[in-house]
Amino acid sequence: MTSAHRLTLRDLPAYRTGCEQGYRLQPGQVVILVGLATCGLAAGGADVAAAIREELASRQPEVCAAGRQVEVRSTGCLGLCEQEVLVDVHFAGQPRLTYAHVTPDLARRIVAEHVVGGRPIENRIIGRIEDEDHPYKDQTACAKQVRIVLANCGFIDPERIEHYVARGGYAGLERVLQGLSPAGVIAEVKVSGLRGRGGAGFPTGLKWEFAARAAGDKKYVVCNADEGDPGAFMDRSVLEGDPHAVIEGMLIGAYAIGADEGYIYCRAEYPLAIKRLRVAIEQAEALGLLGRNILGTGFGFELHIKEGAGAFVCGEETALMASIMGLRGTPRPRPPFPANRGLWDKPTNINNVETWANVPRILVRGGAWFAGIGTERSKGTKVFALTGKIRNTGLAEVPMGITLREIVYEIGGGIQNDRQYKAVQIGGPSGGCMPASLLDTPVDYDSLVAAGAMMGSGGMVVVDEGTCMVDLARFFMAFVQSESCGKCPPCRVGTRLMLETLERICAGEGQPGDIDWLVDMGRKIKAFSLCGLGQTAPNPVLTTIQYFRDEYEAHIRDKTCPAGVCPALVSFGVIADKCKGCGRCIKVCPSGAASGKLKEVHSIDAALCIRCGACFEACKFEAIERGQPAAAPAEVAG
Amino acid sequence: MSAGPEFDRTALDRILAAHQGRSGALIPVLQETQETYGYLPRPALAIIARSLGMPVSRVYGVATFYAQFHLKPRGRHIVRVCLGTACHVRGGERILEQLSASLGVAPGDTTGDLLFTLEKVACLGACGLSPTMMVDQATYGRLTPRAALDVLERYRRGAAEVAT
Repeated sequence: MTSAHRLTLRDLPAYRTGCEQGYRLQPGQVVILVGLATCGLAAGGADVAAAIREELASRQPEVCAAGRQVEVRSTGCLGLCEQEVLVDVHFAGQPRLTYAHVTPDLARRIVAEHVVGGRPIENRIIGRIEDEDHPYKDQTACAKQVRIVLANCGFIDPERIEHYVARGGYAGLERVLQGLSPAGVIAEVKVSGLRGRGGAGFPTGLKWEFAARAAGDKKYVVCNADEGDPGAFMDRSVLEGDPHAVIEGMLIGAYAIGADEGYIYCRAEYPLAIKRLRVAIEQAEALGLLGRNILGTGFGFELHIKEGAGAFVCGEETALMASIMGLRGTPRPRPPFPANRGLWDKPTNINNVETWANVPRILVRGGAWFAGIGTERSKGTKVFALTGKIRNTGLAEVPMGITLREIVYEIGGGIQNDRQYKAVQIGGPSGGCMPASLLDTPVDYDSLVAAGAMMGSGGMVVVDEGTCMVDLARFFMAFVQSESCGKCPPCRVGTRLMLETLERICAGEGQPGDIDWLVDMGRKIKAFSLCGLGQTAPNPVLTTIQYFRDEYEAHIRDKTCPAGVCPALVSFGVIADKCKGCGRCIKVCPSGAASGKLKEVHSIDAALCIRCGACFEACKFEAIERGQPAAAPAEVAG
Repeated sequence: MSAGPEFDRTALDRILAAHQGRSGALIPVLQETQETYGYLPRPALAIIARSLGMPVSRVYGVATFYAQFHLKPRGRHIVRVCLGTACHVRGGERILEQLSASLGVAPGDTTGDLLFTLEKVACLGACGLSPTMMVDQATYGRLTPRAALDVLERYRRGAAEVAT
């Protein structure tokens, strides 16, 4: 790799100037950017990148003749997951043009027609970027976004530290080491009003102050990258797209509290994030930005990566620390708080990925600048992962206080297939659902808690009329029940009892009184559980009961599933007059239950049908009927 | 406790040597052991315990606590079907049912020919492309039950080619 020499504080500005020159496009230069984060790779990004390189190689003489210098850059994620694979073409001095849904074939055409021929394929371009700080600002989905945490994602090559430095990277550390005292750093973070982005929203500056004041000769900082909420992936995106921002944030935090060693605890399900972190750490060490005697100032910080081993509870800070120390990841009561007794009983400060990534920007631009964004009590931005039945799935970074309606309808583009909004589940298994009546709620820490949900890590799963809220609650309960570490009985036994009740209700065996029992048990689990997992586990059940009680009642009293999801309470059939015999249902049916000849009325064999609803979703003619299952003969007689 | 004649501890000894003396080494040691042997063989647990100076019960406790560790041999290809929220809402269960029926194994189990291990995972973090699954290190998105079967078929054919 780089044979870079170690930098000192005095060298850094000149080094940055060099990086800027390399990053900026020179006249005649063309850069092709391919989004190769996990989402881009899952959509086939590796094949697209290979096709681009092959095509460029085979057209080398033409490229030279046209006087172009072409560079292929792999970048992280711009947040437009729905549109992957994304390829951008950037001619020096022109706006950067974005192609979506790129296949290897289209990639070859892009090289031939656009890069070599100079003729953009207009009908395949979805947007243009003129200003890297406000990408696609002419589009509704992006107009209201403010990119602080995601500022570099999709622009820099995350495996090249020069790119990060060119975009202002390590300038926060530079400012700190040039003369801010640890107390001065903490004061700046306090002014910013930054609160923890991992879920609970504890003020970051205050947390640092506790750790800084704690007595001890050895202290640690930890990055919680155990993003376990199903439906949240902003931390993965930051780690894959801008790993140095997290490292720089941790360096600044370590300086502020007096730590000389740190850990990034990253879940093993994110192999690419771990790989890029390792590369970033190596590069920072080689330049003297990490390790001993950083930038020649005498400040030292050693950073390790610990791979999580698949336990949701390890997102809880005391469980996470147990796991780093090689033990079972079970939480312990607090106090003592980690700030006083953390890793190996030493003072330890834990923040999550997104919190750390905000820190360098706060130190560069000032706490007051950051505090100017957001609301009175929730400052800055939050990155949300929009998924589910929403049109524009992906990441969105918005100022705190924006309404749910703006996120769902303007940024998210509304519900897929123009169906009806039903709810958004915020904060994963710890959060709650927000029905249509709460769409105008401002999204900030306190408003969400008041509505029974919570910010959590920022997962937003949008559901439409085709989602059963009882089934969704059962899904989350099944998740927390299997992830409960088993240490305290309210969580271990309580979640099991709630799950069994929900499973009965979904199977059509609910009984009067079940709903009240669920509410009562849910409150008890919240009150008596040891850690955040149990204390929030009943939230999805409690909020779905609060806002969609009629659906529970339909399952229990009428033995019907209004959304047509719970297999025991639904059946599918073909409406003969509407069926055109197009074969779509046959094509999607996974169990071979749908059959028929082309252009003749199809049929569904109830004995083979697994009631998955694929045919119902696929039919373009509304010819699939969803009804109650044929009642058992005994019940008909009754 | 004897390590058994069939267990080759050479690789394990190398892993243990690399971690010797470092606090908190148990989980990385288990991870690397599993990476090397494909699972955590019984004799390995005893050797690890002795080497790190802790009771076997502690090693066993950690190995059974985390979803990542396996005490039984696993297939050549690990198929992880995502059942995170986004995949749940968009039909991840259907994919799992279909693969489970096609492979003839329940989630968590391995096919008789040791070709595939079928697992469920809480979230792969590629929610924008749900429903998704991972085969070994490759992630597949925008799946239908059919498309998932096609992916497995490719791996099956790949295995057949290697065999002939």
